[in-house]
Amino acid sequence: MIIDPIALFLLLLSASTPILFAALGELVVERAGVLNLGVEGMMITGALAGFAAAYHTGNPWLGFAAAALAGALIAMPFAVLTQFLLSNQVASGLALTLFGLGMAALFGKPVEGVKAPAMASGPLDLNWIVWLGLGMVPAIWWFLNRSRAGLILRGMGENHDAAHALGYDVRRVRIAAIAFGGAMAGIGGAFISIATVLQWTEGMTAGAGWIALAIVVFSNWTAPGVMAGAWLFGGVTVLQLRLQAAGVRVPVQLLSMAPYLATILVLVAISARQKFSRRAGSAAPGSLGQTFHALR
Amino acid sequence: MFRAQGIGKSYPGVRANDDVSFWVAPGEIHALLGENGAGKSTLVKMIYGLVRPDDGQMTLNGQPHQPADPRAARAAGVAMVFQHFSLFDALTVAENIALGMENPPPRRELSARIAQVSRDFGLPLNPARRIVTLSAGERQRVEIIRCLLQNPRLLIMDEPTSVLTPQEAELLFATLRTLADRGTAILYISHKLDEIRTHCDRATILRHGRVVDSCDPRAHSARDLAAMMVGGAMRPIDRSGRRAGEVLLQVGALSQPAPSAEGTALKSVALTLRAGEILGIGGVAGNGQDELLAALSGEARSAPGTILLGGADLSRLGPEARRRAGLLAAPEDRLGHAAVPDFSLAENALLTAGARKGLVRKGLIDRPAARAFAESVIRAFDVRTPGPGTAARALSGGNLQKFVIGREVIQAPRVLAVNQPTWGVDAGAAAAVRQSLLDLARSGAGVIVISQDLDELLELSDRFCALNEGRLSDPVPTEGLTLDRIGLMLGGAHGMEVAHP
Repeated sequence: MIIDPIALFLLLLSASTPILFAALGELVVERAGVLNLGVEGMMITGALAGFAAAYHTGNPWLGFAAAALAGALIAMPFAVLTQFLLSNQVASGLALTLFGLGMAALFGKPVEGVKAPAMASGPLDLNWIVWLGLGMVPAIWWFLNRSRAGLILRGMGENHDAAHALGYDVRRVRIAAIAFGGAMAGIGGAFISIATVLQWTEGMTAGAGWIALAIVVFSNWTAPGVMAGAWLFGGVTVLQLRLQAAGVRVPVQLLSMAPYLATILVLVAISARQKFSRRAGSAAPGSLGQTFHALR
Repeated sequence: MFRAQGIGKSYPGVRANDDVSFWVAPGEIHALLGENGAGKSTLVKMIYGLVRPDDGQMTLNGQPHQPADPRAARAAGVAMVFQHFSLFDALTVAENIALGMENPPPRRELSARIAQVSRDFGLPLNPARRIVTLSAGERQRVEIIRCLLQNPRLLIMDEPTSVLTPQEAELLFATLRTLADRGTAILYISHKLDEIRTHCDRATILRHGRVVDSCDPRAHSARDLAAMMVGGAMRPIDRSGRRAGEVLLQVGALSQPAPSAEGTALKSVALTLRAGEILGIGGVAGNGQDELLAALSGEARSAPGTILLGGADLSRLGPEARRRAGLLAAPEDRLGHAAVPDFSLAENALLTAGARKGLVRKGLIDRPAARAFAESVIRAFDVRTPGPGTAARALSGGNLQKFVIGREVIQAPRVLAVNQPTWGVDAGAAAAVRQSLLDLARSGAGVIVISQDLDELLELSDRFCALNEGRLSDPVPTEGLTLDRIGLMLGGAHGMEVAHP
């Protein structure tokens, strides 16, 4: 059994891409102070919309564009509920996940069993979307930490009352962030259907959205941390697939479980260290998940 | 420079401002005086563009002033320092200041300008520090420098001294005077009469949303101003009839690790409290007040033998057992800590008075008894509310404060420890709360008042200690104690060197 480290790393990059996109999107949303638990629902919506668009037009790029649009659109009911009707973000996010999963299962019937159009690869035989995802990491880091708009967004997540008092439109920025998070999750989902599995199956995101949510926390709300988390999950995924292919005598169920288990274990270890190390503490945005209501 | 004419604003069920007219001249420090709920905050929010007036006009420099949002107000030359700081804890000083500006310069230039302004006004500040690491006084400096960088024509200060030590407050007034001398108009909101009398040129007094008077505060006594503010003479507080009796509470060698990264460790705190005595504990927020109250109330347990009530060791007991023994406490945060926001007043009454008042029978809640007890608190402490079924969150701050203090006082504790008993409460309710603590002490209980309001401590307590970085000073008699002396005890001299060369 020979596992070439370089080939493994390239596979890892591919395997981590869906989660990287979804988690980067959620990172921006949470930094703006909104907790959107609907990542899984937005991913599966993107996976279906992207696949259907790519199949009907024969152009995978249009597929990714449609996935981004669909992800952003399906996040809008969540935005209206939480930002205008002041409903609970946790409940609304969970509803968004259930809604997305159910709707994708319903509307996905016509494209079951068909094959996605082929997609040209970029350098190192990696999909261009993988490169785009890697490019998003420094881009989002720069946006959050160096740009004026990113500063406003972070301020809003840290203390929305103060941001409001200074005259920033909390709702508008948050809705934009939610739409961006939806688009990123949509692209992540479409990468699974268009570029990895090459067909549509019900529930194909298989909990990747939940892992993305966990990774945002474990990254301590930083873009490089999100990338590390996505790579960890992607790495264990690739490794266990290789082990399965090599016929290792471990039950398949255990191997399939491994990426989720490994991610959760690392997560627990890291948050335990944060708790006991008494250093700066958690970097969670101060207003995360809280309903904002301005009195005029 | 600034003129308001016939300003009015209504909220559902409340007329917050009605026909308010006043003007502020350049170079003037103008006080806006009134009780909580008199409409001061709504008024300045309208000037700052956070709230739109229903009727009336404002002019600034002869131009109509109708800001649609705070950005428009800032563009017109209005700046505001908020009562509860509008700062972002996890961000740096420079980032916070950049967020308050329309077109902030690049980071390096901004840092240079912050350094220059802070030198100019003698307000030392490091642009790279994160807000969490700053004291209240330093935080306020951030807000002030944020305003100064915009060269405001009109600077609004909303109760700026409520969190400062006397020295920090002096420094603030020196800064304001410099600004006024340079031609800036300053609108100064407060209900502290003494500081208004010493530092303000003119005062406009608001009551129930209307202007009731306008005067030169230097020409009036604090008592006159208070009477104008509340509309009737204030009953002077009655300290008589108390005698220190036997020792009730003994705290010795009480050390506690910091409960969290932001918390403060207690370092061998020692105190004795006699029956009939009020012990005042002063200090700037974050020096261990919450931790000390938690150790007294039983929320945090301490080493055996550190807390003795009448000789019995309570150190290892929880809050409920301490209540049974007669040691009661009321924490600072009334909504969320002292009271459950969504519970009714009767349910909240039950939470601390269950054992002492027999509101629980065989594990079941005696609802009529709980209601009756809550009603007795409401009656005795003049809590303005429809009844004991009202949710705690529906009460105004002052009324809820009267309720949570009254709930403990009525239980006739042997020792009562309170933290910030009148924080954010209007003058009338504050006087009622203070009087109730004095009455409790007269009846033979020991009272510990932890507060940041030094006037309150001087008014109430027999002995005074300062809490500084988790250490409690030796008590001194309050009689003859000056604010200056207290300020030094509080160690409020941090960062004063540059300001007083």
